[in-house]
Amino acid sequence: MSKSERPSQLFRNLNAKIASIPMIFTALVIFVGGTVWTVFYSFTNSKLLPRLHFVGLDQYYRLWATPRWLISIENLLIYGVLSLVFSLVIGFLLAALLDQKIRFEDTFRTIFLYPFALSFIVTGLVWQWLLNPEFGIQGVVRSLGWTSFSFNPLYDSSIVIYGILIAALWQGTGLIMCLMLAGLRGIDEDIWKAARVDGIPTWKTYLFIIIPMMRPVFITTLVIVASNIVRVYDLVVAQTSGGPGIASEVPAKYVYDYMFFAQNLGQGFAASTMMLLSVIIVIVPWAYLEFGGKKRV
Amino acid sequence: MRYQLMTAALAATVALQFAGPAAATDLEVTHWWTSGGEAAAVAELAKAFDATGNHWVDGAIAGSGGTARPIMISRITGGDPMGATQFNHGRQAEELVQAGLMRDLTDLATKEKWTEIVQPKSLLDGCTLDGKIYCVPVNIHSWQWLWLSNAAFEKAGVPVPKNWNEYVAAAPALEKAGIQPLAVGGQPWQASGAFDVLLAAVGGTDAFLKVYKDKDAEFAAGPEVAKVFKAADDARKMAKNTNVQDWNQATNLVITGKAGGQIMGDWAQGEFQVAGQVAGKDYTCLPGLGLNEMIATGGDAFYFPLLKDPEKSKAQEVLAHTLLDPKTQVAFNLKKGSLPVRGDVDLKAANDCMKKGLEILAKGNVMPWTDQLLSQDTQKQKEDLFSEFFAKQDMTVEDAQKRFAAIVGSAD
Amino acid sequence: MSDHAVSLPAIAGAGGLEAYGPSGPKPRHTFSRRNIFLYGTLIVVALYYLLPLYVMVVTSLKGMPEIRLGNIFSPPMEITFEPWVKAWSSACTGLNCDGLSRGFWNSVRITIPSVILSIALASVNGYALANWRFKGADTFFIILIVGAFIPYQVMIYPIVIILREVGLYGSLSGLVIVHSIFGMPILTLLFRNYFTSMPEELFRAARVDGAGFWGIYFRIMLPMSLPIFVVAIILQVTGIWNDFLFGVVYTRPDTYPMTVQLNNIVNSVQGVKEYNVNMAATILTGLVPLIVYFLSGKLFVRGIAAGAVKG
Repeated sequence: MSKSERPSQLFRNLNAKIASIPMIFTALVIFVGGTVWTVFYSFTNSKLLPRLHFVGLDQYYRLWATPRWLISIENLLIYGVLSLVFSLVIGFLLAALLDQKIRFEDTFRTIFLYPFALSFIVTGLVWQWLLNPEFGIQGVVRSLGWTSFSFNPLYDSSIVIYGILIAALWQGTGLIMCLMLAGLRGIDEDIWKAARVDGIPTWKTYLFIIIPMMRPVFITTLVIVASNIVRVYDLVVAQTSGGPGIASEVPAKYVYDYMFFAQNLGQGFAASTMMLLSVIIVIVPWAYLEFGGKKRV
Repeated sequence: MRYQLMTAALAATVALQFAGPAAATDLEVTHWWTSGGEAAAVAELAKAFDATGNHWVDGAIAGSGGTARPIMISRITGGDPMGATQFNHGRQAEELVQAGLMRDLTDLATKEKWTEIVQPKSLLDGCTLDGKIYCVPVNIHSWQWLWLSNAAFEKAGVPVPKNWNEYVAAAPALEKAGIQPLAVGGQPWQASGAFDVLLAAVGGTDAFLKVYKDKDAEFAAGPEVAKVFKAADDARKMAKNTNVQDWNQATNLVITGKAGGQIMGDWAQGEFQVAGQVAGKDYTCLPGLGLNEMIATGGDAFYFPLLKDPEKSKAQEVLAHTLLDPKTQVAFNLKKGSLPVRGDVDLKAANDCMKKGLEILAKGNVMPWTDQLLSQDTQKQKEDLFSEFFAKQDMTVEDAQKRFAAIVGSAD
Repeated sequence: MSDHAVSLPAIAGAGGLEAYGPSGPKPRHTFSRRNIFLYGTLIVVALYYLLPLYVMVVTSLKGMPEIRLGNIFSPPMEITFEPWVKAWSSACTGLNCDGLSRGFWNSVRITIPSVILSIALASVNGYALANWRFKGADTFFIILIVGAFIPYQVMIYPIVIILREVGLYGSLSGLVIVHSIFGMPILTLLFRNYFTSMPEELFRAARVDGAGFWGIYFRIMLPMSLPIFVVAIILQVTGIWNDFLFGVVYTRPDTYPMTVQLNNIVNSVQGVKEYNVNMAATILTGLVPLIVYFLSGKLFVRGIAAGAVKG
């Protein structure tokens, strides 16, 4: 992928290396250093302040025996899979609709994109309101005469995570749509012409020709969506605070609550180590294939 | 050594009173009192402090202690401490003290005879570590209250209960009248606090101490605590479908007569006051759920991080002195709805419920509360358990008690 | 897409959008099933996206008594701007009753340097990764990408310690650095993709002319990178302006950003919840990123097309 086919003697690339110092610093000191530090202290019984009193794997035993952690993992899996699928599908469909050379494309695009300008905190608050059983959507529909109408995701343990998903999709799909739209715009018009000449139906052209060509867009999208999924926190706090009970807890919130609220750094670090571990197992091999190898054509 | 000399000199200054304004020093004070009533109460503290010639720089962080405490702790451990900060006295700041980040106030306390002034004495215990005093308690907040809506019971056609058992018996009548029998908001600490109150009221003070002070897991798994879980089971059935989050929204259900009652600390009183309701006429308060009239000596306190700047250190002492001043105590606590930390002040303006509290306090019926007895870690585990217990009706009582006993067993 | 020729003139009649008026002669099949489906879907989806904004605006214009009685979708019977005035200038945080106004300027002071620094760093990173790859560069890049997945909460404590050790804790520069660090992964990815997609001949020609690392960056790459800079600016303005966690943990009260005040106003745990003031405060806080979005609409897509698409 390197465009500079020059030999990479030290002095030749010196400027590039100097310019990369902030990146190297961030990667090594902050991300690697911070991670190692976190993993290291997850074997201690640090409470409010980090201290070096090792307790082996105690924090991990406790973590995996905690119902709240298990529920958090389950929620993250449900939320993650659905959020990934729906973000990509909705984002792509909206982009495909907007790509039909329609009028008012700017207007529609702005409407789909504006929620992304709002923080998760704001998103959570607004949807908490809209989904409020008394004066939100359920209340309004009931007051219109459909009294048996029931839509109360925020106070029903079994479906609360979907209430959060609705809000997350509202906030995030606009950006995905923009990415997809940009990808569609990058496809050469000739491809379409050729497909039409060959008499391939539109949906087949999308599925088997266009989407494979949009691979880089999907990669960027995947990184953005997936990293937001793993880190989901503010939205849950603002919308449900993890409730009802502990039904909508997520791992990042467990980490934060135990590190700072429960003043048990060791437990929080153990939880974050588990999160990091799963991220690394999934991401690193893929990232090497994607970014480390030879340039794809 | 130098530090002690300086403290002694400063203590002398403090003793000389603050007739002439000294060089004005800005002191940043962080706290999480941000609502109308709370802010009004803080304003009293700031006013009193400003009157000494110094300046109170307000550093309020909203969203309750859970949001504010990490920020305060980061500031202190990050080497950029504020002049003073609120904590619930007890074990929240324990490690900051152990790490030597907080200021030892023992000299000032001796000088001003805090041990004699502060009533009940157990309040200062929450500020004391290894015989040294590190904080100034400013109020007493007690959890053990049941607030009942008189209008709701009238509508249901049953007399206003005088204790928890009568209340449970009245629940079906309330339900029939379309009234939510008990309001418990969704925030985890509400469910956990309600259980603690039940433990102290239904189980009794001894049971409470056996569980939370002695951390007796066997007892926590035993029949006496099973009785409490039975009561908690009643409570969760009565609280089913409350559908509100914030505690004050739950209180609001009681105020408007949509709910029969709420188990909540004395801070709920401010809500009734704001709504213009009169104790005894519009609502009824039952300390200790009418079963065990005790006041827990929880509350708020101010801690003083160790500062390098001598000017600010001086101002810290002035603030500590001001916080315990009788006039400040009266003004602050009337606005806050809490009880003063000294027995020698006159609260003529107190309402009926506050007077009930003062009477219990005067009788010496006090007990420590969870903030003092349990680590935040244990508190959080408890919150997770009880918020799940209250939200999930199909979680069995036995299962919950087993998990509770396990938490007690590993508590520190 | 299969019939662009048809869909192009087939717009003016599409459901509810006639307001834009006729635009020349149209073929008859304006109301073809395809168009009804197309615009119908778009309009329904648009309504879903607009609903929350509508509720926010409507609520912020109502008085409290009306909110308690009415339903959230009904328009205000009596329009009042008081909640807006209150949210901006008199809502209280503890003892400071100056609303969001104080935080607004703090947010500006935090956002501008953070956006500039983070983009400057990330663009140079991306440029180095795309055009001047040195041994190990990929590894650092992969670490960065993995870093994008680390929950911020995990990093709070190590960063407190690092900032304390270098003496930047509590200062504005400390916060600017933190924002630059956490903006780095995604931005570097975008810039790297963008620079990789630029014609290689440009770079070679400049090399032949003897231009060095910085020469090529400033004279060739930078002038050609407007679209991706627009994207980066939008992402960063949004992210940094909306940040609460870092703003509150790494600064002190006199430099708290607007979001902290918003949190304080919205989350006041006692007293009556003033939904109208909350909503007004919410909109006010979101206004800056919203304006950036509305103004930059087209550029954003074009920039994304350039940065994200060609990998």
